[in-house]
Amino acid sequence: MPEKLTMANALNRALRDALRADDSVVVFGEDVGPLGGVFRITDGLTAEFGEQRCFDTPLAESGILGMAIGMAMNGMRPVVEMQFDAFAYPAFEQLVSHAAKMRNRTRGRVGVPIVVRVPYAGGIGGVEHHCDSSEAYYAHTPGLHVVAPSDPADAYGLLRAAVESPDPVIFLEPKKLYFSRAEADLSTPVPPIGQAVVRRDGTDATLIAYGPAVPVALEAAEAAAQEGRSLQVVDLRSIVPFDDETVCAAVRSTGRAVVVAEAAGFASVSSEVVARVTERCFHSLHAPIRRVTGFDIPYPPPKLEHVHLPSVDRILDAVDELQWEYA
Amino acid sequence: MFIWRGNQNPFMTRDAAHLLPSTEPVTLIDPDGHPVPCDGHEMPDPQALVRAYAALITARRFNDQANALVRQGRLAVYPSSHGQEACQVACVQVLGDGDWLFPTYRDTAAIVARGVDPVQALTLLRGDWHSGYDPQATRVAPQATPLATHLLHAVGVAHAARLRGDDTVVMAVCGDGATSEGDFHEALNFAAVFRTPVVFFVQNNEYAISVPLARQTAAPSLAHKGIGYGIPGERVDGNDVAALLDVLGTAVDRARAGEGPQLVEAHTYRVQAHTNADDPSRYRESGEVTPWLARDPITRMETYLRGRGLIGADKIREYGAAADSLAAGMRAGLGDEPVADYRELFAYVYAEPTPQLREQMAVVADELSREEAR
Ligand SMILES: Cc1ncc(C[n+]2csc(CCOP(=O)(O)OP(=O)(O)O)c2C)c(N)n1
Ligand SMILES: [Mg+2]
Repeated sequence: MPEKLTMANALNRALRDALRADDSVVVFGEDVGPLGGVFRITDGLTAEFGEQRCFDTPLAESGILGMAIGMAMNGMRPVVEMQFDAFAYPAFEQLVSHAAKMRNRTRGRVGVPIVVRVPYAGGIGGVEHHCDSSEAYYAHTPGLHVVAPSDPADAYGLLRAAVESPDPVIFLEPKKLYFSRAEADLSTPVPPIGQAVVRRDGTDATLIAYGPAVPVALEAAEAAAQEGRSLQVVDLRSIVPFDDETVCAAVRSTGRAVVVAEAAGFASVSSEVVARVTERCFHSLHAPIRRVTGFDIPYPPPKLEHVHLPSVDRILDAVDELQWEYA
Repeated sequence: MFIWRGNQNPFMTRDAAHLLPSTEPVTLIDPDGHPVPCDGHEMPDPQALVRAYAALITARRFNDQANALVRQGRLAVYPSSHGQEACQVACVQVLGDGDWLFPTYRDTAAIVARGVDPVQALTLLRGDWHSGYDPQATRVAPQATPLATHLLHAVGVAHAARLRGDDTVVMAVCGDGATSEGDFHEALNFAAVFRTPVVFFVQNNEYAISVPLARQTAAPSLAHKGIGYGIPGERVDGNDVAALLDVLGTAVDRARAGEGPQLVEAHTYRVQAHTNADDPSRYRESGEVTPWLARDPITRMETYLRGRGLIGADKIREYGAAADSLAAGMRAGLGDEPVADYRELFAYVYAEPTPQLREQMAVVADELSREEAR
């Protein structure tokens, strides 16, 4: 049944339903127990499922991830929370050298089905170390799946799918969307991990976005429509695996594209998207693909983050530069 | 169960003395093969000692053969545990079938002592694949090279076992250098807080490649690191398999009984180079090694067992022959052909290869078919 709920509500429901559905699912991390997490995503889980299923750990991210790997080796499906994007870095070695490689190292014998939930990216006025867009580090690592929802329905569906996945999944939760409300029917299945979706149809150019950039891209498309330009919006949802098919079909249909992402643009997911689409769709393109990304700077202090984040205006400016004179 | 509410950790104790190791490492048989009494520690039964002795002979032969295979170019590299065989053997002999071993790159002899096929155990060092045996079937984790990272996996395996209510114990092995890594500390802390059944077994062989122990720590001993986490620490003579069996056996029993983790430091010495690629003459005097040769773990056991009539020349011959046949199996099993197919490079990245991986695999297939056609 459709209902109005926030992404935070949807994520909480997904964890609750996953814990109900499968005894081997356990949730742990920093402050995820009685407090319910600093963003309240695990609210009420310890009360409902007990302290063996949802519990606080000592404050050590490598410890959290390393323990999760061992538990996964021994039949569990851990869902761990990294408190903030930049505080996941101590767990990086465990992720890259072990979570990502265990199946490969053991020649397919041992998989580690772990979900690493990361409250992610900016736009909430957070001070330094609380607003990083860290997806490129993960996406660059073979063996990890990397997903980012952009609305409550997808947050629910993708998180359920992540928990059921036999592979480790980095689940990036756009912090600025946690408390935005939307209509969602959680009983309707969403497309699987690995599939992008077209969020808005359009014929003149394609905006490609994921996670926190999707609502901005949709807003830009709405504004463009007022000016008589029809923009299509593709939501990647899944950065790894990457859905070349949907993305390329979309770009071929319009012949123009802008990639929108919060992360710094250099050596980024957005560069990868441009490279892939250019390699595959060159002859359908009427103009070079543009990017609207964060600048190549450390995330700004709260009062200046608006300068950094992709905005509707910046997206529309980029669209304007797609060589319309040759249309 | 062992998870608590609020600020009440029922296991916290202010009484710290019992967490401290003994001032001298526990020894039950001295380097000359004489038994030495040690308060609170018992000589293992003769059967266990004879079994350990046979395993020592095999472990030494395994080390020798692996070193020879490196010289012949049939192994890419071998970090030898020569001189540390008592540790290798004892940490496995105290485990039950359902228990887990988490070894490092130096512990291949322990893996073989656990019953893993020697050729499969050498898959990593031979360069065929990253790990060659089935961890679930053998209850041996893949050998860890990123130092101390596997100690946390050991904690996780043990924690999952406790949550399920089975009585699995996990033996987590690392070296002296690895105790400086952050994951060592996080593992001890997590194990203590969750009271997981893990025995942390540190083989202090005095070196981390070229860096001596004094550069790793200013602690009185590595076993002293336990107290900061509320974990009992114990020091044991790492070349005395009897003392190792006693100390590690007690630690395993305690863990199984729900009394939580323990830290055991075995004092031993890396008699050989770090690996064949190392040159110890750059950082230590050869005179430093000589006294350790006299503390060899095998000769002292042999003296002790022979002195008590527990083994004779026939048994020694029998164990030697078993070790020889293991070595012959290694020579025969380590051929030139790679054991894995290039397709496997793509097959195990994810449970299902992504479309991109399928494309990349097709590129290699095409390259190979054109090469063949040539
Ligand atoms: C995280 C990490 N850093 C560095 C290395 C390189 N390295 C391999 S073995 C080794 C020395 C380890 O010494 P120790 O823990 O005492 O074990 P030993 O080799 O003596 O058995 C080093 C520095 C590594 N494997 N992992
Ligand atoms: Mg060492």
